[in-house]
Amino acid sequence: MASYSTNEFRSGLKIMIDGDPCSIIENEFVKPGKGQAFNRVRIRNLKTGRVLDKTFKSGESVDAADVIDTEMQYLYSDGEFWHFMDPQSYEQQAADANAVGDAKQWLKAQDSCEITLYNGSPIGVTPPNFVELEITDTDPGLKGDTAQGGTKPATLETGAVVKVPLFLEIGELVKVDTRSGEYMSRVKK
Amino acid sequence: MNWQPSASLTVIRQRARIYNQIRAFFNTRGCLEVDTPALMPTTSTDLNIASFELPHIPHRLYLQTSPEYAMKRLLAAGSGSIFQICHAFREGEAGRRHNPEFSLLEWYRVGYDYQQLMDEIELLITTLSLSRCRFRRISYRELFRQSLQLEIEALALGDLRRHCERLVPGTDSDGLDADQCLDLLLAMAIVPAMRDYLFVYDYPISQAALARASAGDASVAERFELFYDGIELANGFSELTDASQQRARFEQDNRARRERGLPELEIDARLLAALESGIEDCAGVALGLDRLLMVLLELDSIDQVLTFRD
Repeated sequence: MASYSTNEFRSGLKIMIDGDPCSIIENEFVKPGKGQAFNRVRIRNLKTGRVLDKTFKSGESVDAADVIDTEMQYLYSDGEFWHFMDPQSYEQQAADANAVGDAKQWLKAQDSCEITLYNGSPIGVTPPNFVELEITDTDPGLKGDTAQGGTKPATLETGAVVKVPLFLEIGELVKVDTRSGEYMSRVKK
Repeated sequence: MNWQPSASLTVIRQRARIYNQIRAFFNTRGCLEVDTPALMPTTSTDLNIASFELPHIPHRLYLQTSPEYAMKRLLAAGSGSIFQICHAFREGEAGRRHNPEFSLLEWYRVGYDYQQLMDEIELLITTLSLSRCRFRRISYRELFRQSLQLEIEALALGDLRRHCERLVPGTDSDGLDADQCLDLLLAMAIVPAMRDYLFVYDYPISQAALARASAGDASVAERFELFYDGIELANGFSELTDASQQRARFEQDNRARRERGLPELEIDARLLAALESGIEDCAGVALGLDRLLMVLLELDSIDQVLTFRD
């Protein structure tokens, strides 16, 4: 298996820690004076999403993780798995609820997502930063209230609930930032 | 293509200012400026320092990791107190506070011990500084006692490893020897909390480098390091002047290198011959000028003081 020395560490590098694939968030070279140098590394466990700190002796080697990020199109969910397709090869991948995580509330058929594959299987799904979704349920709109700036909860076609301005109605399209879960704007159909 | 300097012109001018002031400081104090080669046929045997090695006929050459050996040969030749501003090179050291090529101010004071040299460093930095400076001194043992409530001389290797895992989460201490454990605790659990200028002195004899053992306590070396807000600025010693002890330390370095699978290095026979011919008692220190600039100008990254970092 390929491995990386600590002096190749940089953010985004994928390495194996305690048997799990992890991504380096931050790497700092630490050497106080004449002694042993260390690398203080902040990593994200790609399976659990947990962030943790690790210390390595500088010059140590760590196994590389066979992890790639690839763009795939979301097809559908059968309740147990979420199915994605590589738009070039038409090859399909099925991600379980663990891998899809919070992304599932933003998944709309045909949207392009980033799928993280570990040893060829999906372990993570990142939705597009912005998605356009239809409102399927919300309290009736208040006409003439466009300037007030009040909000109300609205359920979207994927099941996500976001706060939207009071004037929006069922059936309208809204643009949402999936990273914060915040309403951005109304979209004209 | 970004061809611009890494440091701002303001910083480049400040560097010129402190170099001029350093030269004036030592000239008025009877210290001779010297210039020794960056390329030499031998290099430091220190376990934790890696040298750049260059192929050359008839023998390979090393970019010097500090001008120490050459400057000691000058001392043995009767130069008296000397100083040098030069570039030094260490392979694999790169980060927010490290660059493989960096600027050093190194000086040797004939007749001084390490405490007197610390006094002179305080005076130099106060002279260069634009604001008031506060200096404190603490022994290595006392530092561990006050910061971590550890009596390090009473701890066995197993205890040290346990404290590493407790105090520095995410550490696998199995492969660490006692000095590496102390290095880890110092770097991760003590240094980040340091404030102002702090001299740490009387390092364990196992970390003596080229310092002489303390006259009063053979378990520690007359070595010090200076930190500012947790940034290491300088490392100095009462110099070891005994040739046979120096040879023993070089041989010990090479034994440890062999054990760790590191290349053994040719011992600098010219330095040993110089020590054998006799060298006056002296103290010497290397001060990192890039980091001193960072501290004086309150900058956060070495990129901001290096003229170019491509």
